[in-house]
Amino acid sequence: MRRYWKYVKPYLSAFIIGPVFMIVEVIGEVVMPLLLSKIIDHGIIGGRGVPYIITMGITMVLTALCMMAGGVGGAYFAIEASTGFANDLRKDLFKQIQRFSFKNIDQYSPGSLITRLTNDITQIQNMIQMLLRIALRAPGMLIGALIMAFVLNPRLALVILCVMPLLADAIFLIMKTAFPLFSTMQRKLDAVNTITQENLTNIRVVKSFVREPYEEEKFKKANTELKESTIKALKVVILNMPVMITAMNLTTLAVVWFGGNQVIAGNMTSGVLTAFVNYVGQILFSLMIVSMIILNSSRSLASLKRINEVFATEIDLTDEKALDKGAIVQYGKIEFKGVYFKYYKNNEKWVLEDINFVINPGETVGIIGSTGCGKSSLVQLVPRLYDTDRGEVLVDDVNVKDYSLENLRNGVGIVLQKNLLFSGTIKENLKWGDEDASNDEIYRWAESAQAHGFISSFPAGYDTELGQGGVNLSGGQKQRLCIARALLKKPKILIFDDSTSAVDTVTEAKIRESFENELPGTTKIIIAQRISSVIDVDKIIVLDDGKVTGIGAHEELMKSCKVYSEIYNSQMDKKVTA
Amino acid sequence: MGRLSEERKEVLLRRYGSISAAAGPGGMGPGGPGRRRPGGFGGPRPGPGGPPGAIDGGKPQNTLATINRLLAYIGRDRLKVLFVFACVLVSSLTNMAGSYILRPVINNLVAVDRSAEEKITSLVIGLLVMAGIYLAGVVCSYLQQRMMVGVSQNVLVKIREDLFRKVQKLPLEYHDTHTHGDLMSRFTNDLDAVGEMLNQTMVRVFSGVLMLIGTVALMFIINWLLAIVTIITVPLFVYVGGMIGQQSRKYFASQQQALGAVNGYIEETVAGQKVIKVFCHEGTAIEEFQFLSDDLRKKQMKAQFFGGIMGPVMGNLSQVSYALSATVGGILCLTSRLDLGGLTIFTNYSREFSRPVSELSMQMNIIYVALAGAERVFTVMDEKPEIADPPDAIAICSEADRVVGARPIKGEVVLNDVTFAYVPGKTVLKKINVTAKPGQRIAFVGSTGAGKTTITNVINRFYEIEEGEILIDGINIKKIRKDSLRSNIAMVLQDTHLFSGTVRENIRYGRLDATDEQVVAAAKIACAHSFIERLPQGYDTVLEGDGANLSQGERQLLNIARAAISKAPILILDEATSSVDTRTERYIERGMDQLMKNRTTFVIAHRLSTVRNADLIIVLEHGEVIEEGTHEELLKMGGRYYQLYTGAVELE
Repeated sequence: MRRYWKYVKPYLSAFIIGPVFMIVEVIGEVVMPLLLSKIIDHGIIGGRGVPYIITMGITMVLTALCMMAGGVGGAYFAIEASTGFANDLRKDLFKQIQRFSFKNIDQYSPGSLITRLTNDITQIQNMIQMLLRIALRAPGMLIGALIMAFVLNPRLALVILCVMPLLADAIFLIMKTAFPLFSTMQRKLDAVNTITQENLTNIRVVKSFVREPYEEEKFKKANTELKESTIKALKVVILNMPVMITAMNLTTLAVVWFGGNQVIAGNMTSGVLTAFVNYVGQILFSLMIVSMIILNSSRSLASLKRINEVFATEIDLTDEKALDKGAIVQYGKIEFKGVYFKYYKNNEKWVLEDINFVINPGETVGIIGSTGCGKSSLVQLVPRLYDTDRGEVLVDDVNVKDYSLENLRNGVGIVLQKNLLFSGTIKENLKWGDEDASNDEIYRWAESAQAHGFISSFPAGYDTELGQGGVNLSGGQKQRLCIARALLKKPKILIFDDSTSAVDTVTEAKIRESFENELPGTTKIIIAQRISSVIDVDKIIVLDDGKVTGIGAHEELMKSCKVYSEIYNSQMDKKVTA
Repeated sequence: MGRLSEERKEVLLRRYGSISAAAGPGGMGPGGPGRRRPGGFGGPRPGPGGPPGAIDGGKPQNTLATINRLLAYIGRDRLKVLFVFACVLVSSLTNMAGSYILRPVINNLVAVDRSAEEKITSLVIGLLVMAGIYLAGVVCSYLQQRMMVGVSQNVLVKIREDLFRKVQKLPLEYHDTHTHGDLMSRFTNDLDAVGEMLNQTMVRVFSGVLMLIGTVALMFIINWLLAIVTIITVPLFVYVGGMIGQQSRKYFASQQQALGAVNGYIEETVAGQKVIKVFCHEGTAIEEFQFLSDDLRKKQMKAQFFGGIMGPVMGNLSQVSYALSATVGGILCLTSRLDLGGLTIFTNYSREFSRPVSELSMQMNIIYVALAGAERVFTVMDEKPEIADPPDAIAICSEADRVVGARPIKGEVVLNDVTFAYVPGKTVLKKINVTAKPGQRIAFVGSTGAGKTTITNVINRFYEIEEGEILIDGINIKKIRKDSLRSNIAMVLQDTHLFSGTVRENIRYGRLDATDEQVVAAAKIACAHSFIERLPQGYDTVLEGDGANLSQGERQLLNIARAAISKAPILILDEATSSVDTRTERYIERGMDQLMKNRTTFVIAHRLSTVRNADLIIVLEHGEVIEEGTHEELLKMGGRYYQLYTGAVELE
């Protein structure tokens, strides 16, 4: 809970002033009947006449206005405090997610993270607001009425004291039962969110296979589960009311019975009994509100737990232990020393096994190998998107773990295989590489990525708005924008993970040509399927099933590496038959 | 921090927040869908069951329509709601009766003409009666809540289902121009608000109104003059309440919109988290999120302030009227014939009057959020769906896999003078003429953005062509039921998308009734079998988040397997093997031959080696067919294809 103090602190005054304003309203409520009794006692019976009554009337109206001010002020500060708290919490939660490593990201479904950032936080916000607006009011009324009851008749008041612990137990029990049910409910909400999100992302697949009915069934199932878990949780919560009312009624009956006997015996007046019954009503009414707050909190607590989970997620890849945070990538040398890697600890098989090689600054290196042999995993170790399990990756002779993540990743550009553009204009997307890039620079690098041509052909050019994920571009166009975006970063090391697969051969050749001419000092790693893409590079690394089976130039590998010559022949074969 | 420019802020708000202003500069690439309609939620559009619910700060007729539509969802549960109302009535009555009966019971205790024993007997009887009344009240109030939970959840489930169904029917243009997160927010945050209202507010409003009516009636019975004094303040209530309500309604609509924007931003960044990491873009993402979050808070504060002061303002206005009636009553006591007892009772009721008033106005907050949420949901429901099939549309099926009532087709596909533009005036396809005979393999070749994918998108009617016609076995595709058309065209899309679930389920997506053996057979055709076998749980390995744990090439193989399992007579392969290494591709080839046998196939590929064997190669340039023929013919021609091909050869 200490974690949350920092969200309270900036709004501490609102957290305090809000309830104080509420007290004004409560006091007013007590004062109003008093003023009325003055009208009756002094104005009418005491004969002070109309002027006195009018004076008191005006006082009453003024009191009512004060109460209004108190209520409005209380509402204002409660809202100020609760939205402030929620806003800061939301921002911090988002920050935490931004710190997530690739592995952490794979742990949560996007749907679940989205629910936590919106719905769960809303729950907490609502709870705080409610707490602040009723917090002092209900307990205040409760305590006031209890005191009055004891003053009136201590023996009778004992009845109330007997009921209260029972009630507390009942509320506690209901809350304990409801808490896990609310957790389940929020989880089901995650499921609905996930299915919706997946459906929206894959809408083209859904439509082309005419799977709308299937998707609807899938959704229906999640939706019904959400409904059922909601009903299950609410079913417990609504028990609260009958339990409280029954307790209130039984207490009233008991009070009337014992009190009635006292009245009959002449130990108490009927007026006192009436007043006493009224106080019992007030006590239990405020108890009911308190219990409602507690119960609603159990839903918010379930949400809080889910938020805590995200905060408690251990970021398994940080630069906190980096030895040389000031270091930047200057030359672009890469070295793998006995690197072993797998994604999941309990998997038996290594994805990469005993990888050793050196890439010198400015070299262009190709990586080739069959589908699923670990090419992408290998290059992702360079910008430290994942950590090695054994061995080390060195950039400029410094272990990647010793750089600050920002410096390392600014020095190592990578165009991911599954790349994404964001909603926004083309220019905005390109500026991801360099926020301060001038138009000329953007044009130049777009030109190098062979993107300038098609961008200029759009009516709005670089200001063309892209839909989410760049849906309104063809695959090849998207890839070229992603390349341009990476080029704008001007890193010392550039990695292309099969980033031209959807680009035609001629364009691809042009892209490679411009790399050679315009990025002479940059170390370039190119993962490719086509030997033609890497045939004239300085060095080719051949991967097979997670192991390096050959390193060298094309001619060399043709002689020494069986896998390589196989791949080569598979591609050349076709040409011969053509 | 705080580096976000004003301009950028405005852009963010426009893009994620205010959808109605989403009309971007609008230029679209030739390669993909664009914004045909400026601004997603433009002008009024006729929708089923109600007028359009554009968010505009709440015109009364819209509100009414929204409420009507919500009520319509209760439909089947109408009887339950009536029962609930009956329960509310009973529990309100028992409430009043409970306190009313207390007086005679207590009065009895001090009656002078009775013995102690008699008093005790009557006390016991009184207590028993009270217990009976209380019991009835408790039972009713429980039943009413229990029923309402079911009713409101039924409504929510139905609305959510309808919304989902609607979203399935929306044309791709809609999906292309709206962020996923905003739509998702409608499913969760907006509908949650509606649920909150149904859960509590309906009952409370009803009981509040009952109490109000009861109290006012009693006040009139006791003293009509005083009652009128109290009632005089009612116009004030209505005026103030209306004013606050108007404000808060407006702000609640923008609050829900801002919530949708935050959701949209989160969805996009969470989905693109890896790219953000790679570009060290976290700082900017955080800043932009903070801006949107602050914006949400600002709007929440305004909305909830106006919603939140409704209670205290109205409640204390009724205190003012209490004060007035006390004053006037006091004067009446002195000047006319009102007695003290009458005044006490009256002022008590006047106090009672304030309870339902503040209770009712407290509910307004919930009602306004719910209405704003419901309107956002209904707006989507009123969006124009994909063009409906004409009533005489027919179903088709493959000859090999006949379906009753469907016309078997051989798979001849003819495009006659097909012209198409995503954005009016920016033609992407110009008078395309293609004839594919049954079983033929047609390849589209051309530089990126030449319109290759677009052709396949109009064949399966993802987008509707403007001019010309597309015929399948001589039938215009507009005359074929859309579902039937699409299920007879198997597609492997350029973007590989998988679903969370097992590998088996993902392959079976292509044909839901496929047996396990058929799944394996399809995987073998796609050369996916061997890598699937190597996965930890083989075919039962669960793929998370779009198959994040697979390589791109493996994902493509699964996509091919998914298409391979379908029996559709027409097949479209859009860059199906671009990320598969050439060795594997070579193995697939045999499977592909099997796959394409007896099917009309359209292939799009950059690797010219993949298209060489096609029966017909069509070379596209800027949306026009510039060359066509077989590989040999085209090479002989020495035109664009020759250049492309030899260019590739030279490079190798």
